[in-house]
Amino acid sequence: MIGRRGWVGLGSVAAVLLLWFGLTTATGFVSPGRFPSPADFWLSLNQISTRGYAGGGLAAHALQSVKLVAMGFVVAIATGVPLGLWMGWDRRAEAAINPIFLIIRPIPPLAWIPLAILWLGLGDGAKIMVIWFAAFVPSVINSFAGVRNIDRPIIEAAQMLGTPRWRMVTEVIAPAAAPMIFTGLRLSLQASWTTLVAAELVGALAGIGFVLNMAQQDIYPGMILVGMVTVGVLGWATTYALGRVERRALAWNVAGRD
Amino acid sequence: MQTIPLRLSEKWAWGALGLVGFIGLWASLSAFGIVPRQFLPSPLDVLTRFIHLLTNPFAGATLPQHLASSFQRYAYGVLLAAFIGVPLGLLMGWFRWLDDVVTPLFDGLRFIAPIAWVPFAALWFGVGIGGPILIIFAGAFPPCLINAYRGARFVEPRLIEAARMLGTGHLRMILEILLPAATPSIVSGLRVSAGLGWQSLVGAELIVAAAGVGFMMVQAQANVATPTVMAGMVAIGLVGMAIDVMLRQGEAWLRRRRGLQA
Repeated sequence: MIGRRGWVGLGSVAAVLLLWFGLTTATGFVSPGRFPSPADFWLSLNQISTRGYAGGGLAAHALQSVKLVAMGFVVAIATGVPLGLWMGWDRRAEAAINPIFLIIRPIPPLAWIPLAILWLGLGDGAKIMVIWFAAFVPSVINSFAGVRNIDRPIIEAAQMLGTPRWRMVTEVIAPAAAPMIFTGLRLSLQASWTTLVAAELVGALAGIGFVLNMAQQDIYPGMILVGMVTVGVLGWATTYALGRVERRALAWNVAGRD
Repeated sequence: MQTIPLRLSEKWAWGALGLVGFIGLWASLSAFGIVPRQFLPSPLDVLTRFIHLLTNPFAGATLPQHLASSFQRYAYGVLLAAFIGVPLGLLMGWFRWLDDVVTPLFDGLRFIAPIAWVPFAALWFGVGIGGPILIIFAGAFPPCLINAYRGARFVEPRLIEAARMLGTGHLRMILEILLPAATPSIVSGLRVSAGLGWQSLVGAELIVAAAGVGFMMVQAQANVATPTVMAGMVAIGLVGMAIDVMLRQGEAWLRRRRGLQA
């Protein structure tokens, strides 16, 4: 069912599309060299999907970008979440690692791009490295906060019952910190996309950012818009997928359900 | 495993150990040639290059000059985002129809990474100051809007009812009820915006700029001048940290003032 809110929303989206058509095709108020008309957009989309652009079809470029985001993201959570949990659990680890974080954290992930290119070149390695940097910090911080926010009595009860250390981690700490961990993962995912697009714009051989870069150099507004829309759709789709995983994993958690 | 809080002296000792370990690892990796020094300069190399760049130009300007041109763009972009985002957020919090109209459009644009605006920014405004400003704006705008909106939406209903009963008009309602009540939320939104804007600035300058710290780093990368790249990272980190500290202080000051008033 679509409520009043939904209709107004649909109306405003329709109005913007109409405005787009009106300003470009109908009146020519915005020149095609500045912003593409709907027809230009369609032609560009058609070109990249059937004949390909910048060395590949749309699906191939999108797949390349998704692959890199997925790899960087998985490496980041595989290293970041355990480190965060450890820092949350062991005060000595926190005291030793936190100052290093304080030094590295103010450097935005995007600022690592030139260094990553120097070290690893224009291939996949450099991208995975910067995505790892971008996604690592939010997953560490939120896992850490998740452990710190666990109610003391829960831990004490488990300790009193003589829970071995490994089961303590897998059955008490990780589940109790899970909602916060997922919050961190969502932030990590966003950061991964931003970083990947930037890295591909700076230097790449394939991927959506590379499409944007080529379209910029060719002064091809239709293809620029196709690239931007693809970035948006991919960002939305991966966030949605993560939300589904979260709902499945945290079925017991009310907060995770909305 | 240590789960109870450490004493302060222990905390400092472990912290120093961590830092020494980190810097020691870095220094020995380059000193023993495990990683070629050309690609991983020692901490001392980076420090001397940093000091060298303070007075000697690289890529057309000294480091402070690059920082100044970066900061100018940054300030314009973030201020523009605040001056559009905060009022729009407040209006959306008050007028339900505006909320219904803007939210779907905003949600559609939100998933496009700010940095993806680079090609259009270059096409429309060039590589001078306009292009980077658009990208900084794209990065800094959402938190301004969202926090002003949330702040305005969750104002105590009784305040609004009381004001309404006294016949307050739309404008005064927004300026004198919603704005003060939403201020804490707006300020924390501005802090997030400032951080994201700084991020976007770096990204923008790597791609579309002819001056600025990001531009300096790309030029250094092309010349395989690794110490200069790392000195640029240090400069970016220091300025970003300074911005964050200042805004945190402002936020704390505001909280204290409100706490005393309440």
